[in-house]
Amino acid sequence: MRAHLRELMRYRELLRSLTWREIRIKYKQAIMGILWAVLMPMLVVSAGILVKYAASRLAGTEFNTSQVASISVRAVPWAFFVAALRFSTGSLIANTNLVTRIYFPKEIFPLASVGAQLLDFTVASGVLLVLLTALRVGVSIYLFWVPVLMLILILLVAGLGIFLSAAALFFRDVKYLVEVFLTFAIFFTPVFYNVDLFGRWAKVLLINPVAPILEAMDAVIVSHQEPQLAWLAYSAGIALVFLVAAYSFFKRSEPMFAESI
Amino acid sequence: MSEIALKMDGVSKKFRKGEIYDSLRDLIPALTGKFLRRSDHLEKEEFWALRDVSFEVKRGEAFGIIGPNGAGKSTILKLLSGIFQPTSGSLSVNGTLSALIEVGAGFHPDLTGRENIYLNGAILGMKREEIQAKFDQIVEFSGLSEFLDTPVKRYSSGMYARLGFSVAAHVDPDVLVVDEVLSVGDLVFQRRCLERMSEILTGGATVLFVSHNLHAVAELCSRSLLLDKGRVAMIDRSSAVISEYLTRASGARRERGGPVEILSVDVRSESGETLRFQTGETVFVEIELVAHEAVSRVAVVLDVLGEDQYELFSTSTERLGEAPVDLQKDEHLRCRFQIDLLLAQGSYRLGAHAHRYDLERSYDSLVPACTFYVSSDISVRGAVNCRPRLLEQTRFSGESSSPREN
Repeated sequence: MRAHLRELMRYRELLRSLTWREIRIKYKQAIMGILWAVLMPMLVVSAGILVKYAASRLAGTEFNTSQVASISVRAVPWAFFVAALRFSTGSLIANTNLVTRIYFPKEIFPLASVGAQLLDFTVASGVLLVLLTALRVGVSIYLFWVPVLMLILILLVAGLGIFLSAAALFFRDVKYLVEVFLTFAIFFTPVFYNVDLFGRWAKVLLINPVAPILEAMDAVIVSHQEPQLAWLAYSAGIALVFLVAAYSFFKRSEPMFAESI
Repeated sequence: MSEIALKMDGVSKKFRKGEIYDSLRDLIPALTGKFLRRSDHLEKEEFWALRDVSFEVKRGEAFGIIGPNGAGKSTILKLLSGIFQPTSGSLSVNGTLSALIEVGAGFHPDLTGRENIYLNGAILGMKREEIQAKFDQIVEFSGLSEFLDTPVKRYSSGMYARLGFSVAAHVDPDVLVVDEVLSVGDLVFQRRCLERMSEILTGGATVLFVSHNLHAVAELCSRSLLLDKGRVAMIDRSSAVISEYLTRASGARRERGGPVEILSVDVRSESGETLRFQTGETVFVEIELVAHEAVSRVAVVLDVLGEDQYELFSTSTERLGEAPVDLQKDEHLRCRFQIDLLLAQGSYRLGAHAHRYDLERSYDSLVPACTFYVSSDISVRGAVNCRPRLLEQTRFSGESSSPREN
């Protein structure tokens, strides 16, 4: 494992170049340009507002701006998670040329996909910042949690991406499974709702390792509260264990990539 | 550092024909099985791409690998560069290895030439500063400075390959592995590539060279390996290996069973050289044939073919004014032609035919019969070399005797 990581370090230049390539390609010959980075989170937020509004009309409760803020801070990381997972899953297949012809650590591909999505995330976060300011959400000491939360999310998506990219190389079904899964995953993840809504069933929803992260985002940014540390530790643990397992699986199957793709 | 740059010891590699898995259902058995099992026997649908290959290449040596398509040449390169793992046997590479396997593989069509130079350099393991330092050299070598900001999807395939080679040729590896990159680009560029490889060799690197361009192999590599159906057929001096390869290749293409059999076609110069000649050199071609039954009025044709099998030149006993001969059963006939090789640099093949003088009946053909190379100090394009010499190049100002100005 150490040797693999050292090799990856030696190729960090390539990781940077490929990340940059993904970004360049995405925005070349695209009229909308950087707007793409905002489009996806915006759609999620709009859908969320619609759902929330309908729900409060039915329940007879008041619909307020803090709910918009709450949905937004959940939607932006979620959009990042979905996009990063989607692109990293297909990253090895999309680069058949390089996988079969040139030697270098191939985990660079899923990692570059995640990296490229981080740029989109950053842009979307900028827009989010403007929105939150407009909604007068305010600041608190708890904002220092945000980088930690993002780190956990990145580790989680990197682990998943590394595993799924290799799996998709051997079996093309994986790619379609991921697509289907991601389409419905939003219903099982607290993006449009808080887990509290489900009372004692909340714990079941929090088993999804993304859920505690999104809940914590909402808590530290909108509610100015300490996140639920136990659940966050659980997410971080899952992310780390999975990343290590996925990486070792990836490295073990890497010698077979060129002939199996 | 060790004297041996590359070493393969009893390396075998097997592949499966056709699809590997059908669905996810096969996941578990496949994953558990594949990793544990490295057995020596072949499953159904499997075949050996390489079988028990051993060789060593010393540091600073240029080593060629030749053989027919599907012999396993590229598999060797991919094993050495770490893309494939051997099924059995061991291999070692001392120092950094850079592979020119299908140059430009890392190019992205939407990116410009400039962007692709950086990207490709990084893929080949160069640091950013290193690429920056060599950027001008790379561009100059490719001769594409005008098109640097054009997306490479608008490049011609030749330009594409030139840019690819230019980047790859400026990586400074201890071992350079080159696969069939000279087949692209025009003659001038091919020339430059060979020069660059010689430069890399002079710099102390080791070059492993795979090519169908036997001329280039003969020129660059001191030793070569002939690979046939995944096995090592021969390792020796390049000229010996190349002629062995050509003998095998021509043997396979023989049409047999006719009344006349062409036994041999030999080319040699006055000094006895049989493989490499100079432009304009006079050589002698000897064709020997035997009649298996009595045949009447035999004429013998000598062809010179280019590398692409295109007929460049043809003559015959009849064209040269000789009357067709009648042969008895088991009688031999020897024809000796003299030709002047007014050919451009490259590799050529000889072919021989025996037919009835009126072409009514073809008795036997041997194409290609043998290959030879022509080197030249005079650079020309095309197949013939008219041995041009520039006698004058003068600049004029205004009132001159010349009707044209530059």
